[in-house]
Amino acid sequence: MLTVRFFARLRETLDCAALQLPWQEDLTDLRALEALLCERGGETWRQALAEDNVLRAVNQVVVNGNPSLRDGDEVAFFPPVTGG
Amino acid sequence: MRTVSEQPSRVNVSVQPGDFDVAALQQALLGGEAEEGAVATFTGYVRDQRADKSLQALELEHYPGMTEASIGAIIEQARQRWPIHAATVVHRVGRLQPGERIVWVGVASGHRAAAFEACEFIMDYLKTRAPFWKKEHALEGAAWVEARDSDVRRARRWSRGEEP
Repeated sequence: MLTVRFFARLRETLDCAALQLPWQEDLTDLRALEALLCERGGETWRQALAEDNVLRAVNQVVVNGNPSLRDGDEVAFFPPVTGG
Repeated sequence: MRTVSEQPSRVNVSVQPGDFDVAALQQALLGGEAEEGAVATFTGYVRDQRADKSLQALELEHYPGMTEASIGAIIEQARQRWPIHAATVVHRVGRLQPGERIVWVGVASGHRAAAFEACEFIMDYLKTRAPFWKKEHALEGAAWVEARDSDVRRARRWSRGEEP
């Protein structure tokens, strides 16, 4: 099982705060997960996840590039942060 | 000889909907052994940045778990750079009114330079790294606040090793 979470503007655009995907062997890395999400979600998801400034976290740590994923991971997508 | 990172320090992080008592937080930074020569604190308030002053509320979203861990990691970085004895960060979430307190950072140290710098470092990094998102609610509708380049530049000063 993979848990995928979305925050703030991205959560609203996708109308999705979180979803769970059954683990499958070909979900080997972040790019594979994004491809699957876009395939399921269509053009809105494709555009939202392709935004330059979207940040990604795996198990609550911000990641760059294309890290590999494992069963049980929590992946999050969110816009630049604006706290403080 | 002790290095900075070996000094024990008391760290307290809270992400909460409710307001906080600044005087109580500051008192709690002191360890009771009179070794803190300086406490530097920062209080942030909800500001109405709109030209027509039409802000009704600011809504703060966060990533439970990651937000607290991010702030803890930022304090740990500060602890590696300055000899701080204690640090507290309180950040509110949910719906806040203009003028309300939103964030508080307090740092206790032996001397003022470390306390001032660590407090500013923690705040600069919090603004650019901790997962919080602000949404402005006004009469004509709601809009997410955009991240500011000036905040990113402020945070970058610390990695270039420049003085503020």
